Amino acid sequence: MRPLEAAFWAATLLPFVVTPSYLALASQVAITALFALSLDLILGYAGIVSLGHAAYFGFGAYTAGLLSKHDFGEPLTGLVLAAIAAGLLGYVTSHLIVRFRHLALIMLTLGLGLLLAEAANSASWLTGGADGLQGVKTAPLLGFKFDLYGRTAYAYSLAVLFLLFLVARRIIHSPFGLALRGIRENARRMPAIGAPSLAHLRKVYTIAAVMAGAAGALLTQTTSTVSLEVLSFGRSADVLVILILGGAGRLYGGIVGAIIYMVARDQFASMNPQYWYFWVGLLLVAVVLFLPNGVLGGLSALYKRPE
Amino acid sequence: MFASLAGVLFDGVAYGMLLFLLSVGLSVTLGMMNFVNLAHCSLAMVGGYVTVSLTNRYGWPFVAALPMAFLAAAAVALVLERTLYRRLYRASDLDQCLFTIGIVFISIAVYAWFYGTVVQSAPTPSYLRGSVELFGMSFAAYRLFLIALGLAVAIVLVAALEYTRFGAQVRAAVDNQRMARGLGIDVDRAFMITFALGGGLAGLGGAAAIEIVGLDHAFALNYLVYVLIVVAVGGLGSIGGSFAAALLLGVSDMAGKYYFPWLGAFLIYLVMVALLMWRPVGLFARR
Repeated sequence: MRPLEAAFWAATLLPFVVTPSYLALASQVAITALFALSLDLILGYAGIVSLGHAAYFGFGAYTAGLLSKHDFGEPLTGLVLAAIAAGLLGYVTSHLIVRFRHLALIMLTLGLGLLLAEAANSASWLTGGADGLQGVKTAPLLGFKFDLYGRTAYAYSLAVLFLLFLVARRIIHSPFGLALRGIRENARRMPAIGAPSLAHLRKVYTIAAVMAGAAGALLTQTTSTVSLEVLSFGRSADVLVILILGGAGRLYGGIVGAIIYMVARDQFASMNPQYWYFWVGLLLVAVVLFLPNGVLGGLSALYKRPE
Repeated sequence: MFASLAGVLFDGVAYGMLLFLLSVGLSVTLGMMNFVNLAHCSLAMVGGYVTVSLTNRYGWPFVAALPMAFLAAAAVALVLERTLYRRLYRASDLDQCLFTIGIVFISIAVYAWFYGTVVQSAPTPSYLRGSVELFGMSFAAYRLFLIALGLAVAIVLVAALEYTRFGAQVRAAVDNQRMARGLGIDVDRAFMITFALGGGLAGLGGAAAIEIVGLDHAFALNYLVYVLIVVAVGGLGSIGGSFAAALLLGVSDMAGKYYFPWLGAFLIYLVMVALLMWRPVGLFARR
């Protein structure tokens, strides 16, 4: 691990001492960063554009919620089971997803996401429908209670984010990660030189679904609530915005994007959500026009220019 | 049972005509330039709000406001295309998606700022209210008007595309953009005009939709999915395909709401996913 990276991860511990009243927000940031990281694996590295990634996040969130509702509130087991469930969903859907590109792919991911959201809305006997899931109680984590200040929540989210980040980092720097970038750059050439493209894409899609499910489970466990919002198109769009803002195809893109986006949203929380989306829209337009590789891409371009 | 079936069919066809008006422009422009314009429904809202303003504030008759809705949306489309969109024709799908979603978010906020978040309505003239008795059944006059409007637009479009010089240029550009350029067709100009016309039609659709589904600031996002379904199922650049897909979607949505209300929009998404998996380029794709 390079010094800059080590400094970054050391800095993530600062909220415990510097801004202890913002630990709940910090925990939300860590969860969103994990979700963005999972999208980065498929979008930034493998080139699979998804407008429905919230499906896996929400599936994980509901799995964790249902487990703890039925007296199975041990967080670590819940996290693993939710991640596995989301991964299974990801594996099944990946067979459809990887065969398409361009508009059909965008529509298909969007359609699958909406389909799951509608299914959760209709199956109110299971999910509580529009009222959200009632009676989610998370047991203490290794003896630490989830308190009001979010100390346990942030430590838990950060630890999971860090672990899964290391996994993603390992994947990206492996030959498999290199093959994914090859597919992103030229989807026809990779099969021609003998790489099993579709199998690679299925694999990374499943891994991303596992990570998104883990992020969803974290959200459920740290807030003890699940609502239909976790499956909504808005959440899929938000995570896309976050990743693009930070810089897709860079390991830290999702994390940096999540920090900027979530902190800004918290600062403007008093604003009417419609007007918040005005700034999000403006941001998107500006990023696409002027900052095609996100904040990190812009920074690294600045950094390299003097040489 | 039969009467209700006919009623559902009638309402579905009227709804399908609405979807056709809203989506045909996007289908053709997507086919020409491969430009994924998710802000297409924002243009529809331009038409809708122009109609609301003209009829409520300035007392224009509804039918006179419709052409203005067309013109206003076409003008906005033209400005957008000339100033912003043309920079992104060679950008990736993802950039185009993000950029136009950004436009959607901005437009929603702007509409909410000027018109608030309540559902708007525009008064329709008395001859479009009430219903007409035909073959022992009553049909809502406005829906008949909508069907007539949709059919008229479809016929004009098909005729213009098939029998005019400009139409031939557009078809050539949809079929093979590079070849069309090579033959000396000014594809950029053709695209600009098509984009403006498509935006205008969306504006007309937005104005016509007020009476059926109402108009609020979230229209651009709520109907985006329906429009995209029509485009993706109908196939890019195909007017006949859009027409058929819009009718299919309108009727099945109405039937779903009438016979299986507990399923909600589930049925529509299921139909879309299944159709996309079967024919990823659309049912009636030209390519």
